[in-house]
Amino acid sequence: MNLHGIRAIYLFEMARTWRTLMQSVASPILSTALYFVVFGAAIGSRVGEIDGISYASFIIPGLLMLSLLSESISNASFGIYFPKFSGTIYEVLSAPVSPLEVVIGYVGAAASKSVILGLLILATARLFVDYEIAHPLLMVSFLLLTAITFSLFGFIIGLWADDFQKLQIIPMMVIMPLTFLGGAFYSISMLPPFWQKVTLFNPVVYLISGFRWSFYGVADVNISISVSMILVFMLLCLTTIWWIFKTGYRLKN
Amino acid sequence: MESIISISDLGKTYASGLTALSDINLDIHRGEIFALLGPNGAGKTTLISIICGIVTPSAGTVSVDGHDILTDYRATRSKIGLVPQELATATFESVWAQMEFSRGLFGKPPNPSFLEQVLRDLSLWDKRDAKIMTLSGGMKRRVLIAKALAHEPQILFLDEPTAGVDVELRHGMWEMVRALRASGVTIILTTHYIEEAEEMADRIGVINEGKLGVVEDKNVLMNKLGKKQLTLTLQYPLELIPTELAGHPLELASDGHALVYTFDAQQEHTGIAELLRQLDQHGIGFKDLHSSESSLEEIFVNLVSEKA
Ligand SMILES: Nc1ncnc2c1ncn2[C@@H]1O[C@H](COP(=O)(O)OP(=O)(O)OP(=O)(O)O)[C@@H](O)[C@H]1O
Ligand SMILES: [Mg+2]
Repeated sequence: MNLHGIRAIYLFEMARTWRTLMQSVASPILSTALYFVVFGAAIGSRVGEIDGISYASFIIPGLLMLSLLSESISNASFGIYFPKFSGTIYEVLSAPVSPLEVVIGYVGAAASKSVILGLLILATARLFVDYEIAHPLLMVSFLLLTAITFSLFGFIIGLWADDFQKLQIIPMMVIMPLTFLGGAFYSISMLPPFWQKVTLFNPVVYLISGFRWSFYGVADVNISISVSMILVFMLLCLTTIWWIFKTGYRLKN
Repeated sequence: MESIISISDLGKTYASGLTALSDINLDIHRGEIFALLGPNGAGKTTLISIICGIVTPSAGTVSVDGHDILTDYRATRSKIGLVPQELATATFESVWAQMEFSRGLFGKPPNPSFLEQVLRDLSLWDKRDAKIMTLSGGMKRRVLIAKALAHEPQILFLDEPTAGVDVELRHGMWEMVRALRASGVTIILTTHYIEEAEEMADRIGVINEGKLGVVEDKNVLMNKLGKKQLTLTLQYPLELIPTELAGHPLELASDGHALVYTFDAQQEHTGIAELLRQLDQHGIGFKDLHSSESSLEEIFVNLVSEKA
């Protein structure tokens, strides 16, 4: 195991975060705060309670998931896309690091950033709402699992993308809609029966529901299904990455 | 000579269907400076990229210090430093951060004093905190060299190291390369400046259209392929070469004030004695004579155009 190599990649990627602090930390926090003001305070007061939870508290797990998904994907995809784009990837390719070590370095850094960001958002939420976390251990595990899984997913996008548009298209066209329709702002039991069935095909529903369960002990779907879903997705990402490195797809000529 | 890199039957066909290399067999000797020459698109960068692990070979094998580059890539890559041809330096990091990154990436524990020495040797110490983006082209090239040396490699690949580097710096770089060789590093370089190969290389390989042609000791190559010229400055100018001398490869130069005789340096019988005797017979006097060798550049152009 080339531990120095992993460390070099990890620190290099983290340094990029500190350099772009405004963009990578301040802006997601600001937008989350805006959601709280608009949805939590302004609209939430009209909505009342869902499953016995105040609307402002109800949306916290969903909002957190929203940032977690988009930040994990964009951090990880950009992290590997940029060296490919600028040509500096030659150094990683010519270094004595295994694919696994490369993944640990890049994905580890992206996931770390997301987790830090998630915790900051939670702290920010505290300024607006009083909330409790019923299952803190599970909440943290969920946070970690989601951050790692979607950083892996972002890493795949970054490997696959060969222009900036491709880099953006999946987060924009797939992840955003799925998250908004994934029950971040409502309980799926509020939907008409037909749409309740349709919505179960949206994997993000399971993430948000499970995450909400770790906060308040209530969920739209069973928590074990949520956990299995994320594990399956993680496995899928790992397999894809393994295949990419094995075949050299989009990395080596 | 012990070989440090052993290339056998190496071939590369890109996904586009273009065959960039075929049947390359080459041994690089430990501790030598090997210059790889060839026109644009000959396959030099492809060959280097395969050995370094950036491009996957389509056929053949390469071993570095006895280790296969594919199955034992950790061993081979940690011995190799690469200075790429393209200036891939669109980065916001400082020179120092890049140096630490490179060293770590290649599995070496931090060693600030070593990195400092490398930067000082390349006159980059003043620039250690500068962002790479803000450096000039020549400095960027030196940063790439510094990065390649950050993990103390035994083998250094320099893919056109002096492209875009001014004359003074180029000489400085040659010094550095010689010093590296003196410390035991094996160096493989490509260049379009023949002068550079002539100045530095121990051996030269010529590659053209993906095939390795001549591989030869530099001096042997120059002797073997080099043409020598003997120039005789005449006492009285000639209008024409006298018919009696027509059998010799002679040309008039300087408005008939000089007679140029071209011969193969490697040949035992150069014909000079014969020529001089005949000149004497015909009463053609000369006041001065000197001989010159053709440069590696001329040899190289000959080699490439013969093949084409
Ligand atoms: N990634 C690639 N995909 C397809 N063809 C490629 C690729 N890289 C190089 N080639 C082709 O392979 C051939 C050899 O290219 P290479 O870069 O090895 O040449 P070179 O000798 O380094 O040339 P130069 O002196 O211009 O640097 C060229 O015809 C080039 O177009
Ligand atoms: Mg080249």
